[in-house]
Amino acid sequence: MTKPAAPAPALNEVRTTTCYMCACRCGIRVHLRDGEVRYIDGNPAHPINKGVICAKGASGIMKQHSPARLTRPLKRREGAERGVGEFVEIEWDEAFARLEQRLAGIRATDPKKFALFTGRDQMQALTGLFARQFGTPNYAAHGGFCSVNMAAGMIYTIGGSFWEFGGPDLDRAKLFVMIGTAEDHHSNPLKIALSKFKRRGGRFISVNPVRTGYSAIADEWVPIRPGTDGALILAIVHELIALGLYDREFLVRYSNAGQLVNLDETSDDFGLLVRGAGEPGDAPGFAENQVWWDRHTDGPVPTHTEGADPYLLGEFRMPDGRPVKPAFQLLQERVAPYTAEWAEGITGVPAETIRRLAHEMGIVARDERVELPIAWTDTWGREHASVTGNPVAFHAMRGLAAHSNGFHTIRALAILMSLLGTIDRPGGFRHRAPFPRAIPPAAKTPRGPEGVQPNTPLAGLALGWPESPEDLFVDADGAPVRIDKGFSWEYPLSVHGLMHNVITNAWKGDPYRLDTLMIFMSNMAWNSTMNTGEVRRMLNDRDADGGHRIPFLVVCDTFQSEMTAFADLVLPDTTYLERHDVMSMLDRPISEFDGPVDAVRLPVVTPPAGCKPFQEVLIELAGRLRLPAFVDAAGARRFSSYPDFITHYETEPGSGIGFLAGWRGKDGAEFMRGAPNPRQWEMYAQNNCVYHHELPPSYQYMRNWNRGYMEWAQRTRIRRWGDPIIIQLYSEVLQKFRRAARGRGAGRKPPAHLRARVETYFDPLPFYYEPLERAATDGERYPLAAITQRPMAMYHAWDSQNAWLRQIHAHNPLYVNPVTARAQGIGDGDWVWVESQWGRVRCIAQWSEAVEPGTVWTWNAIGKQPGAWSLDVDANEARKGFLLNHLISDRLPAGDGAETSNSDPVTGQAGWYDVRVRIERAGAEEPRETAPAFAPLPRYPGMSKAIPGRIAYDAKGPAR
Amino acid sequence: MTQLALVIDLNVCVGCHACVTSCKQWNTSGEAGTLGDENPYGKDPSGTFFNRVQTFEVGQYPNTETVHFPKSCLHCEDPPCVPVCPTGASYKRAEDGIVLVDYDKCIGCKYCAWACPYGARELDEQQKVMKKCTLCVDRITDASLPEADRKPACVMACPTNARLFGDIHDPDSGVSTAIREQGGYALMPEWGTHPANHYLPRRRVVGGVQPEDLQRVDNPLKVDGKLPRPAAGEPSLDDVTSW
Repeated sequence: MTKPAAPAPALNEVRTTTCYMCACRCGIRVHLRDGEVRYIDGNPAHPINKGVICAKGASGIMKQHSPARLTRPLKRREGAERGVGEFVEIEWDEAFARLEQRLAGIRATDPKKFALFTGRDQMQALTGLFARQFGTPNYAAHGGFCSVNMAAGMIYTIGGSFWEFGGPDLDRAKLFVMIGTAEDHHSNPLKIALSKFKRRGGRFISVNPVRTGYSAIADEWVPIRPGTDGALILAIVHELIALGLYDREFLVRYSNAGQLVNLDETSDDFGLLVRGAGEPGDAPGFAENQVWWDRHTDGPVPTHTEGADPYLLGEFRMPDGRPVKPAFQLLQERVAPYTAEWAEGITGVPAETIRRLAHEMGIVARDERVELPIAWTDTWGREHASVTGNPVAFHAMRGLAAHSNGFHTIRALAILMSLLGTIDRPGGFRHRAPFPRAIPPAAKTPRGPEGVQPNTPLAGLALGWPESPEDLFVDADGAPVRIDKGFSWEYPLSVHGLMHNVITNAWKGDPYRLDTLMIFMSNMAWNSTMNTGEVRRMLNDRDADGGHRIPFLVVCDTFQSEMTAFADLVLPDTTYLERHDVMSMLDRPISEFDGPVDAVRLPVVTPPAGCKPFQEVLIELAGRLRLPAFVDAAGARRFSSYPDFITHYETEPGSGIGFLAGWRGKDGAEFMRGAPNPRQWEMYAQNNCVYHHELPPSYQYMRNWNRGYMEWAQRTRIRRWGDPIIIQLYSEVLQKFRRAARGRGAGRKPPAHLRARVETYFDPLPFYYEPLERAATDGERYPLAAITQRPMAMYHAWDSQNAWLRQIHAHNPLYVNPVTARAQGIGDGDWVWVESQWGRVRCIAQWSEAVEPGTVWTWNAIGKQPGAWSLDVDANEARKGFLLNHLISDRLPAGDGAETSNSDPVTGQAGWYDVRVRIERAGAEEPRETAPAFAPLPRYPGMSKAIPGRIAYDAKGPAR
Repeated sequence: MTQLALVIDLNVCVGCHACVTSCKQWNTSGEAGTLGDENPYGKDPSGTFFNRVQTFEVGQYPNTETVHFPKSCLHCEDPPCVPVCPTGASYKRAEDGIVLVDYDKCIGCKYCAWACPYGARELDEQQKVMKKCTLCVDRITDASLPEADRKPACVMACPTNARLFGDIHDPDSGVSTAIREQGGYALMPEWGTHPANHYLPRRRVVGGVQPEDLQRVDNPLKVDGKLPRPAAGEPSLDDVTSW
C-alpha cells in the first residue's frame, strides 16, 4: 500500500441476500463496486449469523470467477461415450424442446420412468412439487445418503430432530455433549453458540473417533470406535435408570413411559399399546386413549387422569387378563444387559468413563435446573407458573447417522435426551418451526402402484412418513414402486429416499428400468456415490442393441464436474449470487428456537447469458408439460417466471399458503396464511431478505405439549391437529412392522425373504447391533474403520475450484494414529495402499495423535478426477488427493446370492462409515500418485478458454 | 500512545479459516492489494495471505490436544522488520502502532522477512513487494464506513468472536482486560520484539461428581422401585403348612 493510507474508494452499493456456499444459509451483504463484487460479509441484522461469515462465505467471489463455470446448454457429442466429457453447444430452445418431447412422452405412458434426484435438499418445495405434478414417485433429495437416520431416528421418537429442525440451546446449557459431529449444517450458528457457551464456563464434551474442528476446543475428548455410539448411549441409559438419574416428572407427563404395553402373546395386538374405551381424540394416536396403571387406585386409568400417577416399573394384568407392562419397564429390561463394561469392549471407551459421563449428565440435569418465569398451559389444561429445564444439551450428526445401525443409535440418543428431561426445554434440545411434528408426521406416499397414472399427478407425496405397513409404497406382492425401493419392506422408513440406490437399480432394472434420470447438483459419478468406479461404468453401460441402459441422463449444475461428463444433456445453472431462491417453511426453513424464520435469495449480479436458474428450468418445463398446478383450466401457463410463481402460487386455490410465509395478504400484513402479495419479494428485499416471526415466550418451550403453541400452530395452519406429541420411548410404529413380520394382524405382510429382516430391525426399543458390513467382513484381514469428515473450509465437491479455498485443502492425506502406522512400518508422509474388501486406493499417510488407533480417516471430497472442476490435470487434488469412495460398496451380500443396499435396514441411510480397511506401505517403485487413475476430463464448449496460471483479484473501481 | 492489536482467543478458535479468506477478500481489492495467487487452479497453488491458520497436535493419544493457531503480523512494539529495511519502506505508524509497508519504496529484498522471527511477511510474487497484515487500516480509518464496520475484516468475520481488536495501551480496553484477566501472552517474548498481538490460552472446564450426589432422597427409584403389593389372594406360605 502507499503511504499515507488513503481511504478506500467508497463502495457504491450494498445488497443483501442469502449465502449458499454451504447449507447454513447466513445473511450476507454483497458490497459492489461498479457492479462488481468487492466484498461479501455477514449481515449483522440477520438472525442466523448475526454478522459473522465463514471461510466459504468469504470466498464467494472466487466461485463467481471460477473457470469451471458452465455457460451453455450442452448435448453429448454424437458417438461420444458418456464420461469422456465431449459435448456440443446447443440453444436453450433446443434443450427445452428435447426435454419437453421426451418428458411428455414418458408422462403420457408411464410417469415413473422419469426420475428427478437432487443433491441439495433446500429446494424440495419446488422440486418435490414438480415431481408430484409430473406424476412420478421417483423423486428425492440427497437425505438418504446424508443423514436421514438423524431425521427419522429423532422424529419418530420426539417429533423433532437436530438440523434445521432443532438443536442444542447453548445459551442456557451447562453441559454440552457433541457426538459424531465434525462440521455442521448449522455451521455459523453452532460456532457462535459454542463460543458463548465456552465463555460462560459451560463444559463441552466431544465424542468422536477424531479430534478436529469443534472437538478441538472440547474440555474433554472421548475417542470412540466408529459405529459403536449406540453401545455407549445405551450403557449411559442403563446407568441413568439404574441410579434413578432420570426426570420422572417429565417422563410421566410427556412421554409414553407409563403407557401400558400389551404382552399377551396370543393376541394379534401383542406389543401394541393398550387402548382404553372412550372416544378417540382428534387425530390418530391421540394420547387420551392410552392407559396408565395408577399407583393410587392400583388399576388402569386413561393417561393424564387428574390426580393419577402411573407405575413406570412393574407388571400388571388388565381386568380382562391381558398381561401388560409400562413402556419404561420394557426399556429398563432392554438396557439391563447394556452395562458400562459391556460397552467398553465394543466402543473402546473405558467403563469408568462411561459411568462418569452418565453421572455427570444426570447430576447436571437434576441439580442445575433452569427456571424461567414464563407461565404456560399444557395440552391437558394444567397451568404451569414457570418453564423449567435441565441444562444438558446434545448435538449429533453423521458420525451417528451414516452407519447401518444408525437409526437405533439415534433412537437411543433421543431416549437419553428424554430421560434427562431435555426436550424443548431451556438448556436442552429446542425445536425450530415447523417442528415439532406429529409422530410420525402426516405426509404420506401413495400406498401402491395405482398411485402412479399417466398424465396425472402422483396420488400422494413422493416422500412420506409411514405410520404402519399400510403406508408402504408397494404392490400387491410387497414389491417396491419406487426405483430406489424407498418405502418398501427392504427400507420401510426411508423418509428421505435412497438416492444412492438409483443408478445401480436403474442399471440392473431392479425393480425396473428408467427412461430419463435428471440429476440436479449432485456428483453421483464421483464423491457422492459409493462404489464410484462401478457406478461410472453403469452410467455408460449399454444394452445389446447399443442403447444405454439408463437411456437419457440430464444433469443441471453450475460447474463442470465428474457427473456432468456423463450427461446427455447439461443444463448450466447460475450461482447463488445470480438468482432468486426461497428458504421455505414448506421445505427446510432457517427457523430459530424462538419462532419461524424464512428467507430469500435475490440476484445481486447478472448471470452469464447462457445460464439459467434450475428453478426457471422447472417452471418452464412445468408450463410446457402443462402440469396442473402450473397452468390454468385452459392449459395456459400461470407463471411467467420463478419469482412470479413464488408470489402467486398457493398450495390449493385460496389456501393462502405459499412458499414464503412472510408479508402475505394484499398489504403484506399476514404471516403464514394470506392472499398472495404482489409486493412480497420487495418486502423481503427491504428486510434483509428474511422474515422472522418471534413467538411469545409462553409458546417458545414445551411445544410438544403446549396448548397455546398448538392453538397458534393450528390457526396458522402449521399443523392440522393440536394433539400433543408424546415422546415415544417405546415405538409402536416400529412394533406394527414387527407384528406384520410375525404374521400377526390383518394388514400387509412382508414377503417371505424379508420377514426375518423386518422382525429383527423393527424393534420397538433401541438395541445395539454391529453395522451390517462388519458382519460381512473378515475382521482380521480388515481391522480398521475408515471414515471421512467434511472440513470447515470446503463444502463437499464444490470448493476445489475455488482458488482461495483450495489453498487450504489441496489434497487429503489419510490420517493414521502413529501406533497403527508403526505396526505396519508406515512412516509419516509415506505413500500407502488402503484396501477394503471392495477395492483399494493409494494415498499419502499422515501420522496423527488425534485419531483413535482403530480408525483411519480423511477429508471428504477433496480428491478429484484429473481435469474436473477446471483444475489442471496435475493439480494436487487429482494426484495427491484421493477418494475413499472407491473402497465403499453400495451393496452387501444378503445371503443365497441375493444383495441388499449397504444401508440401514430401517431407513435406507447409506452406511458410508461402516467400511473396514487395512493399510500397507506402497512399494518404493510405485508412482507417487493416487490410484486408481482416471483419464483427464476436457474443458467443455462455452467454458473459459484457458485456466489462468495466476490471478490477482481486484474489484474494478473508479479510483483504482 | 495508541497501540492497536489483535488478541486471539485460542479457547474458542475452531480453525474454520473465516479469518483467512475474509482477510484475503477484503485486502485483495483494498489499499494493500492485490493478493495474488500462483497456479490458482494447478499444482501446488500458492498465494499471498496476510493471515493463516496453523493446526498442530499436542500430546499423545488419547491425551491429545488439537490446536488451531491463527497467525498474522503481530505489530510488534519494537519491530525487527523496520530497522533492517534498506529503503525505509517498512515503518511503524506513530498514531496507532500499526506496522506497514510502503509499496512505493519496497524493493522486495526480503530483509524484513529474515528479520521477522514470526514468519509474518510474504513476498507477493506478482508485485515483488513484501506484504503483510495492515489490521485493515483502510477499513478501520475509513470514516465513510459505518462505525460498527470499522474493524479488521477478520474480526468482523470470526464466527466464534475469537479475535478481539483494540488498543492494548488503554488499560480499560476490552483487549487489555482480556489479556490481564485471561492470561494473555505474547509469542516468543525472549526476542524482545514486544508483539502487540496477544493470545489467550485454552481454559479447561473440569467436571466433577461427588459420590453423595448419587445418593439422594429425591431419587425417583424410591417411587418407581416400589412395586404394587401382591393381592391378598395370591399364594403364600399361609396356605401350605402349619409349622
